[in-house]
Amino acid sequence: MEKIHINNSGYEIVPAKIVSTRKMTEQEKIFELKLVHGLSLDHEPGQFVEVSILGVGEAPISVCSSPTKRDSFEICVRAVKDGRFSNAMHNLDIGDEVGIRGPFGVGFPAAKLEGYDIIMVAGGLGIAPLRSLINYIIDNRREYGKVSLLLGCKDPQSMLFADEIDLWQKRVDINFSCTVDRGAPDWKGNVGLITSLIPNVNIDPERTYAVVVGPPVMYKFVIKELLSKGIPEHQILVSLERHMKCGLGKCGHCQIHNIYCCQDGPVFSYNNIKELKGAI
Amino acid sequence: MKNAILKKEKLDDFIKIMSKDEKVIAPVLKGNQSYTFTEVKSADEISLKYLPTILPPKKYFMPQHETLIEYDKRNGQKVHCVVEVEDLVIFGVHTCDLAGIQCLNMIFADRPKDMNYLIRKNRITLIGLECNSYCDEFASCALMGNHIPKGGYDLLFTDLGNYFFVEINTRKGEELIEKTNLFENADSNHQEELNKLRKLKESIFKPEVDIDKNEIPSLFKKKFESKIWEDIGERCLSCGNCTNVCPTCYCFDVLDIPDLNLKTGKRVRVWDSCQNEPFAKISGGESFREKRGDRKRHRFNRKFRYPVERYGKFFCTGCGRCSRTCMAKIDLKETIRDLIKEGN
Ligand SMILES: Cc1cc2nc3c(=O)[nH]c(=O)nc-3n(C[C@H](O)[C@H](O)[C@H](O)COP(=O)(O)OP(=O)(O)OC[C@H]3O[C@@H](n4cnc5c(N)ncnc54)[C@H](O)[C@@H]3O)c2cc1C
Ligand code: SF4
Ligand code: SF4
Ligand code: FES
Repeated sequence: MEKIHINNSGYEIVPAKIVSTRKMTEQEKIFELKLVHGLSLDHEPGQFVEVSILGVGEAPISVCSSPTKRDSFEICVRAVKDGRFSNAMHNLDIGDEVGIRGPFGVGFPAAKLEGYDIIMVAGGLGIAPLRSLINYIIDNRREYGKVSLLLGCKDPQSMLFADEIDLWQKRVDINFSCTVDRGAPDWKGNVGLITSLIPNVNIDPERTYAVVVGPPVMYKFVIKELLSKGIPEHQILVSLERHMKCGLGKCGHCQIHNIYCCQDGPVFSYNNIKELKGAI
Repeated sequence: MKNAILKKEKLDDFIKIMSKDEKVIAPVLKGNQSYTFTEVKSADEISLKYLPTILPPKKYFMPQHETLIEYDKRNGQKVHCVVEVEDLVIFGVHTCDLAGIQCLNMIFADRPKDMNYLIRKNRITLIGLECNSYCDEFASCALMGNHIPKGGYDLLFTDLGNYFFVEINTRKGEELIEKTNLFENADSNHQEELNKLRKLKESIFKPEVDIDKNEIPSLFKKKFESKIWEDIGERCLSCGNCTNVCPTCYCFDVLDIPDLNLKTGKRVRVWDSCQNEPFAKISGGESFREKRGDRKRHRFNRKFRYPVERYGKFFCTGCGRCSRTCMAKIDLKETIRDLIKEGN
C-alpha cells in the first residue's frame, strides 16, 4: 500500500492557540482562539467549526463570537457527562493548541435581516450560536429595526454570558427579557417557560424576523407562539443540532430526510423544514 | 468504438499477465454459495458464475478502515493528510455493482469533494462482467435498470459461450488489451451474438416489483407514516448487516487512534451504520431516530427517495444483498410490494 500526502483534504486542520479562557458555569467554559499565521476564521454568525484535539477526536462547536471581531474567535464548550471531547477540552488552558476545520454550514443571513425587526429567542446553550448574531447586530445596530432578545435557562446559576447579559440588558437599543425554569432566592426576573415571554413583545409580524436556537424540545412551542403572533413561516429561522462527524455532507450522521444539517444548515427557515417529520 | 473478443482459454493468460504488474481482484468462491472479491493470480481461482459477493467492491473504493490524517503533537498540532492507495484491477464486476460504484462516485465528487475517495478511485481499473441471467430470487436489478451495462467500466466482458465479447469503454481499457496482446477484433458475427443475448435478456429480466420506477419516490413519500415501518422495526435486530453489505451505503464515523506513545497517531474513518441507535444521538441525549422502525424507514428512503430528490439518482442497485443477508428476513422487494399493497 502506497501512502500519498494530499494538501486539499477536507480533513486538514488549522492549528489554533488558546489565548484566553473563562469558566462561565460549572459546565461551560469559553475559549478564545487565534488561528496560526494570523489567519482569520472569516465565519458568518451561526456557523460552526469542527474543533479537534488530536488523539481525542473532533466535535462540532458553534462559533459564539461575532465575525466583526476579526483577529480571534470564541467558542463556548459544555462538558457533557462522560463526553470524551468536551471534557478533554475543559482540561486545556491558555497556550495550548487545538485544530480547527471550517467554518461550516449556512449561518444566519445577517445581511438579509437588515431593515427588519429582529426577535431572538435562545434557550440553554442556544445562546452560544446566537451570541455571534447578537454581537454582530449590536456592531451594526443601525441597519436593523427593533431588536428583542428573549433568553431562557434552567436556573440563575446556569445563565451563560451573565456579564454580557448585564450589558445587553442596560442598552436602550435592545428590548431584553429573560426567564428561568426554577428561580433562586435572589432572582428578581421572570420564572416560567421561554414561551411566556413572547406575548409581551410588541411585534409587527410582516417586518419581523424571528431567530430561534435552543434544545430540541423548545422549537415546537416557541414556533407555535411566533406563528400565532403572525410572523410568516419563512421569517422564522431556527438552528438545528444533529450528530455530526464530517461537516462535509458525507458521513450521514446529521441527515434529516434529504437534507444534510452540516452543509444545508444548521440554520434553516421554518418553511423549508416544517414538512420534514422529526426535523423539529 | 472498437470492440474485441477474448477466447475463454486465454482468460488465464490475461489474468496472469495483468497480475505480474498489478494486484488483480476477482470473485472467488469462499464457502457454500458465498463469494468474495479477493486477489487472484490465475483464472481457475475465479468464479465466473457467482452470486453477489458478501461485500461489494465498495471495500476497495472506500475501505472499511482508512487513514485520513497522521498526527504528531510533540510540537504543536502537526498533521499530514494522507490517502492510502494501490493500483488494482478488479475483474468480473457485475453491472449492479458497477452502478453502486457510480453512486459512490456521485457522493464523493459532490462538493466539498472527498479527495481520499477520488484519488483512490483513479488507481482502480474496472472490468465488468455482464449477467446473462438472474443471480437468484433476491435480485431486483431489472426494476432498477441495472441488469444491462450503463458505463462505469474500463472493459466489459460478456460471456458468449467459448469467448467473451469485450466492450472497450476507456483508453485505460484499450491499453490493457494492447499490453496483454491476447484479444482479437470483434466482427459482425460476434456483435450479432451479443445482440441476440441482449434480446434474450429482455425476456428474462422483468421489473421484479409491479411499479413504475419513477413512481417509487412518491410511494415512499406517501408511505412515510405507514405501519409497515413499525412492523419491520419490530423484527429488525439493528445488526447493521444490511448497510455493511450494501454497495451504496457509505455512512462513516471518524475517530482517533493514538499510537502507544500517545504523541503520534492517526485519525481514521470507519464504516458506520444508520441502523445503530446512537448514530443520530446528540449531546443532550435526544436521539432523532430512536425506534428501529424509524431507522429502517430512513434506510429505505435513502435508497428510493432522498437521493432521487437530492442527486437525481436511485441508491439501490437491486443487488439483493440486504435481503440475502438479513437474519430477520426483512426483504426489500417484499417491503416495496407491501407498501404498494397497503394502498392509501
Ligand atoms: C452544529 C453544532 C453546534 C454545536 N455547538 C456547540 C457549542 O457551541 N458548544 C457545545 O458545548 N456543544 C456544541 N455542540 C454539541 C457538541 O458537538 C457535543 O456536545 C460534542 O460533540 C460532544 O462530544 P463529547 O466527545 O464530549 O461527547 P461524546 O462522548 O462523544 O458523547 C456524548 C453525547 O454527545 C453525542 N455526540 C457525540 N458526538 C457528537 C457529534 N459529533 N455531534 C453531536 N452530538 C454528538 C453522543 O451521541 C452522546 O449522546 C454542537 C453540536 C452541533 C451539531
Ligand atoms: S440486516 Fe436485517 S436485522 Fe440487520 S439491521 Fe438490516 S434489516 Fe435489521
Ligand atoms: S438496498 Fe439492498 S438491494 Fe439495494 S443496493 Fe443496497 S444491498 Fe443492494
Ligand atoms: S456531519 Fe457528516 S454529513 Fe453532516
